[in-house]
Order: sequence, then structure tokens, then C-alpha cells
Amino acid sequence: MAVARGWLTCLALFGLVSAFAGDEEFAAVVPSRPINFPQDFGAHPEFRTEWWYVTGWITDPAGTERGFQVTFFRVGTGLAGDNPSRFAPQQLVLAHGAIADPARGRLLHAERSARADGRLAGADSGATRAWIREWRLAGDGSHYVAHVEDDEFSLDLTLEATQPPMLNGFGGYSRKGPDPAGASYYYSQPQLTVAGQVRLGDRKFPVRGRAWLDHEWSSAYLPPGARGWDWIGINFDGGGALMAFRMRDSAGRAVWAGATLREADGRQRIFGPAEIRFRPGRPWTSPRTGSTYPVTWTVEVGHGPDLRRFDLQPMMDDQELDSRTSTGTIYWEGAVRCLEQGSERGKGYLELTGYDSDLAL
Amino acid sequence: MAGYWKSPGAGPMSAVLRRVFVASLLRQRLAAALSLLAVTLGVALALAVQVIHDAAVAELGRSVRTLAGEADLQVVGGKEGFTEEVLDRVLALSGVEEASPVVELEPVLGPGGDDRRRLRILGLDLFRALRLQPGLRPMAPEGAGRLATLAQDGLFPTPAAMTDLGLSVGGSLALGAAGVPPSVWRVAGQSGVDGAALGGDWPPLAVADIGAVQWRFGWLGRLSRIDIRLRPGVTESQIRASLEGLLPAGVELQRPVLGESQAAALSRAYRVNLTLLAVMALLTGGFLVFSTQALSVVRRRSELAFLRAIGLDRRVLAQGLLLEGAVIGLIGGILGVGMGYALAAGVLAVLGGDLGAGYFQGVAPALGFSWRPAVGYAVLGMVAALAGAWAPAREALAAVPAQALKAGDEIRVFVFRPRFGVAVASLCGGWVLCWLPPIWGISLGGYGAVLAALVGGLALLPAFTSAVVGWLPRPGAVSRLAACRLTAAPGQAVIAAAGVLTSVALAAAMAIMVASFRQSVVDWLDQVLPADLYLRSVGGGALDEGRQDWVAAVPGIARVLWTRQDSVRVIPQEAPMALLVRPVTAGVALPLVNEGRPPRGAAPVWLSESARDRLGLAPGDRLPLPVGGEMREFGVAGVWRDYVRQQGAMVIEQDDWRRFGGDPRVHDAAIFLTEGTSPGAVARALNEVLGSGVEISEPGLLRKASLALFDRTFAVTYLLEGVAVAIGLFGIATSFAAMATARRREFGMLRHLGLSRRQVGRMLALEGMWTATAGVAVGLGAGGAIALILVRVVNPQSFHWSMDLHVPWTSLAAFAILLVGLAALAARLAGRHAMEQGAVLAVREDW
Repeated sequence: MAVARGWLTCLALFGLVSAFAGDEEFAAVVPSRPINFPQDFGAHPEFRTEWWYVTGWITDPAGTERGFQVTFFRVGTGLAGDNPSRFAPQQLVLAHGAIADPARGRLLHAERSARADGRLAGADSGATRAWIREWRLAGDGSHYVAHVEDDEFSLDLTLEATQPPMLNGFGGYSRKGPDPAGASYYYSQPQLTVAGQVRLGDRKFPVRGRAWLDHEWSSAYLPPGARGWDWIGINFDGGGALMAFRMRDSAGRAVWAGATLREADGRQRIFGPAEIRFRPGRPWTSPRTGSTYPVTWTVEVGHGPDLRRFDLQPMMDDQELDSRTSTGTIYWEGAVRCLEQGSERGKGYLELTGYDSDLAL
Repeated sequence: MAGYWKSPGAGPMSAVLRRVFVASLLRQRLAAALSLLAVTLGVALALAVQVIHDAAVAELGRSVRTLAGEADLQVVGGKEGFTEEVLDRVLALSGVEEASPVVELEPVLGPGGDDRRRLRILGLDLFRALRLQPGLRPMAPEGAGRLATLAQDGLFPTPAAMTDLGLSVGGSLALGAAGVPPSVWRVAGQSGVDGAALGGDWPPLAVADIGAVQWRFGWLGRLSRIDIRLRPGVTESQIRASLEGLLPAGVELQRPVLGESQAAALSRAYRVNLTLLAVMALLTGGFLVFSTQALSVVRRRSELAFLRAIGLDRRVLAQGLLLEGAVIGLIGGILGVGMGYALAAGVLAVLGGDLGAGYFQGVAPALGFSWRPAVGYAVLGMVAALAGAWAPAREALAAVPAQALKAGDEIRVFVFRPRFGVAVASLCGGWVLCWLPPIWGISLGGYGAVLAALVGGLALLPAFTSAVVGWLPRPGAVSRLAACRLTAAPGQAVIAAAGVLTSVALAAAMAIMVASFRQSVVDWLDQVLPADLYLRSVGGGALDEGRQDWVAAVPGIARVLWTRQDSVRVIPQEAPMALLVRPVTAGVALPLVNEGRPPRGAAPVWLSESARDRLGLAPGDRLPLPVGGEMREFGVAGVWRDYVRQQGAMVIEQDDWRRFGGDPRVHDAAIFLTEGTSPGAVARALNEVLGSGVEISEPGLLRKASLALFDRTFAVTYLLEGVAVAIGLFGIATSFAAMATARRREFGMLRHLGLSRRQVGRMLALEGMWTATAGVAVGLGAGGAIALILVRVVNPQSFHWSMDLHVPWTSLAAFAILLVGLAALAARLAGRHAMEQGAVLAVREDW
């Protein structure tokens, strides 16, 4: 649920909503506009925010499993529309990279931000291509490359699509709250095959795995009353996929929810707010920030005989991402196993935001 | 008893030293106080010069470091910057961790351009700058959001700039630069986490978005510099190698601290000059100690002989006499350190860190105490005083106690043989030293020659005094008596006149040098300012061809000669030189000192003297220069005199510049008006056309401002001259006071023989006058020689500019006459005390 993620990051990055006092109007998200590939694999600078969010599980030759995350955000500032300078800050690009390594017991995390000048950083239209210097995510909808590097680690991965993109919501129009204007365009690329190289410290090794890509763009703000959200994206072992999110108010009640469940054979079901339940399980308290996150969950979609119940178990408890020193956000973004009826059915990522007591959105 | 004297134990001996020797200083309070004052002044001046300079360099370094932040290297170009594509090439290198592009400008404040205050703006890409210049991080007020730091009209001044310009967050200000319309900016916040590091920066500093700065000040596509942070383990030479051929001509890589050392190197010559002048003042102080001690030894001749006779060891005697000098030196040194710091604080407050010379503009140094220079100069003061005390102590040791106990023996001291050998040796040595090249940019040979000229003058002094006395008419008994005295004891003249000679020589040399310099500057200004009006663009902007046409179309203007003020780095890792692009052959003639023909096929370039010396080139030599990002063939066509740009300057033809694809924009103009046009009206019309980005001045004002700056620069040397002369006069007064005391018996005898008190006074005045005449005459001679060395050797070697010798005869003559008169008066007054004693008593003292 990357809308929320995007909002979170962008809002925290740039302060409160008043920060977006730009002089430009952004395009609105409407249900009538169909998703159009390959054009929509690329960037949409006419919308305020946009992101490509890759999460997945990778295994090294020794069989050790790790989680990873590569994210690129594009932010329209509404500033400097008429400034012909290459450095005019009309569009910004922000990127995060992270590795969840159980041996370390916490996330390795790095980030970059830059103004999009189309050379040193940018997000192109027409095909997926976002970059900040040597960091990049690029692809044509079926084949992607991702590269992030930092002192502590680097990721150098190729991602191959095994299925067509999964359109969330109403053909890609994904509502985020009771107000229909609060929506995004949102599709996912589940079941991406991962191959590539990872560096941890000075140690380099090949990896294989399975990943999930979210691409979402919008001009809307967080729905009123929402304090945070919970999101999952699961690749089932048999080839199916599940995306589910809920917007949460300060009392922990759902303000809105949505989910997409696609079977291996391509049959897809869309669930509305009444058909989705997120039940928190075991709490874990961060020794660094004091925030308490439920790190195990039970998520139910559908009802009656069609009800599906999934239990989520984290790869490790501490997958908190603390970037207060740079972007000002604290959230939990971690690799999870998905169990159905007691046995593991798939792997994916869980995102928990708004659990930080100081986070005032 | 003898054993007691010889006891090496520190206790009794130091007690004796204290009682017998140091206490004698108290008995001649005036002389001791004057020696002390001289040493104090010398130490104070030398220390003040050093402390001020150190403070200025340290402050400059601090601001350079804050601005450069964490940068390991910088890409720098000329004044007009370089293409922003260089940033892509730099960031394509894997060894570069981060590179932060910077556009730096100095626009003027105020919409009308009447407010001439400047603001230094750094246009930064905050995303990149945060890692490289964390000290400049812009901060918007709470609630404005971080996008506020990207606002295209947002300005983030440092706290110091806020105070200096009276700004507050939320306010707005208009900024002007040449070639662009004035722009209105909003004070959107404050920059600088560490406000203290940039405290008092001048001109005040503000940070803004690089895109906005490029756009609103006409810098699209260009950068002033790029700050680079390397990845760990990557060396500068690796980056240098990989950037080989990727940087346009004229753009180079340098270490950021270089800015600091470049400025320090530039001002080093100035500082060394002042320091050496201060050391000269100290030298005069040493002479003063010498005369005080010499006369004190004479006066105490029988006392010292008695001490020797009762068994005082020679060594202890020498120690005692040296201790007296050391005490003066020590107290003078300590007082001098205190006074030096006080002086430095005062000068910093009034003139700034460059002593008014303009090397450290934009720097407001804070004074800091450091032990090393303080102790160093205090020790130097002591050395000078000890050196002064050494010769008299040696003389005292040489005296045979039995003879010295007899009265009248002291006359031996005053028998001085002229030291022709020393004179010839030092003058010849000085001549040779003048031909030595400078060492580390300092004219050590020149200063050696200055010292040699002084020593030579001193060695000639006795002979000259005899000559003066022999040559002067001697009507009457009194003048004959005075003449006899001086002829019989020329040593007296040497002792009394040594200080006068030294101070007159230094003062005259400085006066001649400054007069030569000033007259040369006046002549030079006439040559370089022939037009009726001068236009100068400000704020880092430039005038494009359209605006040049506007100016040419203003009614009343007959001709406009445009100049482009660029800069170029010819020597890697050194400060850039100014590159002036203007019509030369078809324009205004340069103040040439040397002409030649450039090699075939090379475009002409005219070097300033400083550029010639720094590059080591002569007319006819080749000099490739970057134009439009490529190296072009130029050849030296001449050398011209430039008193403005000490780092060096060169002039090339406007046609060549444009032919080679150089940027056609210009910065300055010399404007010639049609007959009968009022310059004021044209200036108003130009301001109307071009707005706040230009300054228009009439040559008269420019001349006045230049000369005012000149006088301000040399204010410190005038101060040094005054001090030197005052010390010289003290010398005469103390010498005669001490001598008069020693000659009480003689005065008593003369009174017995029937001379009136007035006549004895006149005799003393005559002696003083003649002594001073000899000192002043030799001093003027030595001063002339020193001036010649300063003008012909020290200045060209230290500052790389030549000047024409100009002797201010009238003021030198007036100065000499005044000094001789004052010396007569000083001698007369000094003798008064001795004459007050009863004549009989004085004569009886010994019989």
C-alpha cells in the first residue's frame, strides 16, 4: 500500500501539508481513466507523488534467506514551473534501499534524494526508469534491473515478470478513503523472479528469489482521520498473490481498506472495506525508538464460505526503519512468512506505519 | 672577600648584581625609561603586525573551511564560472562520493541601486550540499515544511547577515546585478547551524536554491565551483588522473584550503615588509640601549674600576652590565607584548585585518592570544637590548682598573677610529645583496642591503662628524670649544648620533619610497583613466550585447570601450590571475614598461609586471590561454604597470577573444562623451537604462578613492616613521643627558675659566646641533640609499611592481632642519641639570 507509504515518506520528508503550497495544480485521479501499458510503467509528472516499490525475499548459495527493499519516489513540488534552469526543483527523486538480514538482527538501510534534472537523477515517462546517480530502477514491465549501493551493502538485481501486472481496485483506480477523490492509480507486479548479486560489507555473493513491485501515483493527501496504515503484499508459493491494506485511525479502527487476491490461474477478486479484517498479534517494542508494533498478524478477506484467513510471521522482529535523521520517518517494513491453516503458503512484505507515538500526521 | 665575590652561588651573586648593577638603572631613570620605551615600541609594533596578520589569515581560513565544508577537492574556474556539464563528468567518476555544485554571486541590495551594500549569495543544491556543507544548512521556520528551502524566491541569510542587514524572517529584499532585472527575494529562513563559524562574515552571506540563483541572476548553464567529497581510500591524484581531459581549459581541481594559503601568500610580502620595518624600530631601540649603557659605563667608570680593584671578577662585572641591558630588554619586551596586543586590537577595529591594504576583504578577524609570537618578540626585544649592552660591557672590561680610577680617563671611550674597512665592506656587500633574487617571494637580499647601508653609514659616522666639525666655521670661543670637544672625542658623536642616524635613515627611506610610490600611482591613474565616465557592473552579473547596444545608444556618448573582467588560472594550484578583454590597439594605451613582438601566429597578450614575474615570461614568449573552454595560442606583446591586481593581470584584444568564441558579455566600460555633454546627465541616463546592476563613476572620484585607499594602506608606515623619529630624538636627549652628567667636572672647569652658564649651554647646544647634523646628514644619505633599495629591489621583488623614484626634497629638508633644531634643544635641556651644580663643587669632586 504504497499510497500510504508514499504519503508517509513524502509528508515526513517535506513537512506538513502546507509545505505543498506550490503554484501548480496537479492532475486528479479519476475512475474513468484506464491503466494503459506500457505508457503507465513510466512516470506521471503531472501527478503530485509517485513510487515504484520493490520488496522481496532472496536466498544466497548457502540457503540463507534475507529480505530486501528498493524504492524510488518521485515528488512534484509545484515549484519553479517556469524556471528553465537544469537545477529548477520541479520534480524530486528520493530512493530507499534496505536489506533484512537475520544474522544482523536489524535492517541495513540507505537512502538518496535529489532534484530530478533528467541527467544525474530523474524519473522518465514511457517506461520504468528512475535513478539517482548510480542508484536506479529500470524496466519495461517484464524485465527490471535494480541497483542500490552504500558503504554497508549493495544490491544489484534483475527482476523478471512471470505474470501480467495485477491492477488493484477498480481497474487500477484504488480508493484510499470514504471520499472518492482520495484515490490513486495502483498496479502491482507480483511473482517477479529475482537474480543478482548482493554485497554485505566486503562480502559479495549471488542471490535468487522472488519479489513484488508496486507502482502507484496520485495527487491526493491522506484521508482525514487516518493516523497510519497496515499493508501486505504476499507471493504465494503456488503462483497466487495477495495485496491488502487498511487505513487506521488513532483508535486503531479501520477508516478504509482494500485488497486484491489473484490465484495462480489469473482469477482475481477485489475486496471492499467490509470484507477485510486486520487482527494484530504479538507486540514488539523497539529498543531504539520505544515504538510498539504488532509483528504477527491475522488477515482475513472475504466472508462466509469464501473467507480466507492468513497468519503472518516476521522473518525477524526488528525490521523497524528509523530514518529520523534524514527523512524523519519511523516505520516497520519487513519480510514476513504467510501461513494458511498452519502451514506456510507464501512469503512477502508487511508495512506498519503510525505506531510511533510522536508521529503526528 | 675575594672568595665572596667569586662565589658562583646564585644567591649572593645575584644579590650583588641587583644592588650594584641593576640599581644603577634607577639612578638614570630618564635614560633607562627612554631605552625601555624604545624597546617596548619596537616589540609592540613587530608583534602587532604579526598578530593582526595571523588573526586575519585564521579568520579567512575559518570562513573558507565553513564554505567548503567537508569538501576534499574543488573544481574551480575563472570569475565567470564554467559549464554545468562538468558536474556530470565529475559525478560519473566512481571515486567521487558526492559533488555539490555552487553558484556564488555578490549582488547589491536595494531596488534603486543606491544602496551599495553587498550580499554574498551561495546558490546550492541542498540535496547535495547537505553532505558537503552541513554548516550552511538552510532552515525554514517551524511549520513551513522542508519544501520551503527550495522556494524559488527564498533566501536564507546567516544569523550574522540577518544582523548586519537588519533582516528578519518573512521580510523581503530586492537584489540587483548587472545584466538582469532586479529581483525580489523573501527571507524564508536562516542558514548556518553553527552561526559562530560565520560570525561577522563580510559581505554578509545568504544561501538560496541553485536553480533560482542561476535563473534570476543570469547564470543559466554555469557554475562557480563544484565541491567534491571523495570516497574513502580514493586519492586526489587518482581523481586528477581520471578527470584528465574532462575539464574545459581554464577549469581545474584544487584543494579547498588553497584559498586560504593563496591569500596568505599574497599578503606575506606585505606582512614581511611591515615586520622588518618594525624590527628596524627595534634596532633603533637597541642603539638607544647602547648609548645609555655606553654612557652609563663611562659615568660609573671609577665605580666599576673600584669594584674590580676590590676583587670583583671580570665575569661578574660583564654579567652585571649585561644584566642591566637584559632587564631593560625584558621589561620592554613584556610591556611591548601587552602594547602590541592593544595596538593590534585597535588596528583591527579601525583598519581591519589587512592593515587597510585590502588583502582580506570580507574577513572580520578576532584577536587571539598565542604564546609563541608573544614570547618570540619579547625575546627579540631582550636580544636587541643585550646587543646594545654588549659593546659597553666589553669596553668596561677592557679598562685597566688603576687607570680607570683616575679622573679624566673616560675620554678614552670617546676616541673612536673611523671604521673605513667596515664601511667599505658593508657598502660593497649591500651592493651585491641587491642583485640576489627573492627567496620564497621575500626580498631577503634587499633587506640585507638595507641593513648593510645602515651599518656602512654608522661606520662612516665618526669620520663624517670630524669632517663636519672641521668644515664648519667657528667664530668665538664657545664654538671652538664645542668643535674641539667633538674632534677630540668623536665617539661621543657616534654614540649620540647612532640612534639619530638609524631613525633618520629609516624615516627618510620610507618617506622617499612612499612619495615615489604615490607619485607613480598618481601618474598611473592619469594614464589608465582617460575617459569621461566609467561604468562597472556589480553583483556578479554581466552585460550582454543587447545591453551594450543600449549603452552605445545613450545620447551624448561618443565612444564606449568595453572591458570583460575575467580570470584565468595559468599556474595550477595558485590564485587565478585577472584576464581583461578589451580593445587595446584601437582603444586606450596600456601603461607599458616594456614592449615586444608576440611570436608569429600568436594573438597578443599584455602581462602586468606581477604576471610577468609569476609566470617568468618576457615579451616574445608564448603563453597558451583558455578562451571559450579551449586553449588558444597567445604571445607576450608587452608588460604593463598595474598597481591594482597583485595576483597578476593580463590584457588581450577583444577581437581575438570573440574570434576564439569567448563569451561576448562584458563588465566594465570607459565612456567618452561628445563635446559639451554633462557627465551627470549621461550617468543618470545610464542608470535609467541599466538599473541597479551597474555603478557609474567619474574619473575624478575614482582617482580620489584610489588615493584614499593608498593613503590608508600607508597610514601604518607613517606611524612607523613617526615612532622611529621619536626614538631617534630620545637617543639624542638621553645621550646628552648622560654625557652632561659625566662632564660635570668639565663644565665646572669651564665655569672657573670664566664661561657663563649660558655660554656652556650654547656650547652644549652647538655640540648637539653638530652631532645631529652629522647624524642627520649621514642618515639622509643612508636613507636615500635604502629608499633606492626599497624602490628598485624590495618593491619589485615583494610586490612585483615598479615605480619611479621621486624624492620629496622640501619635506626632507624641513624634516632635517627640524630634527637638528630639536637635537640642539634636547642637548641644551639635557645639560641643564648638570650645570645647575655649583662649579666649585663639580671641580672639587675629584681633586
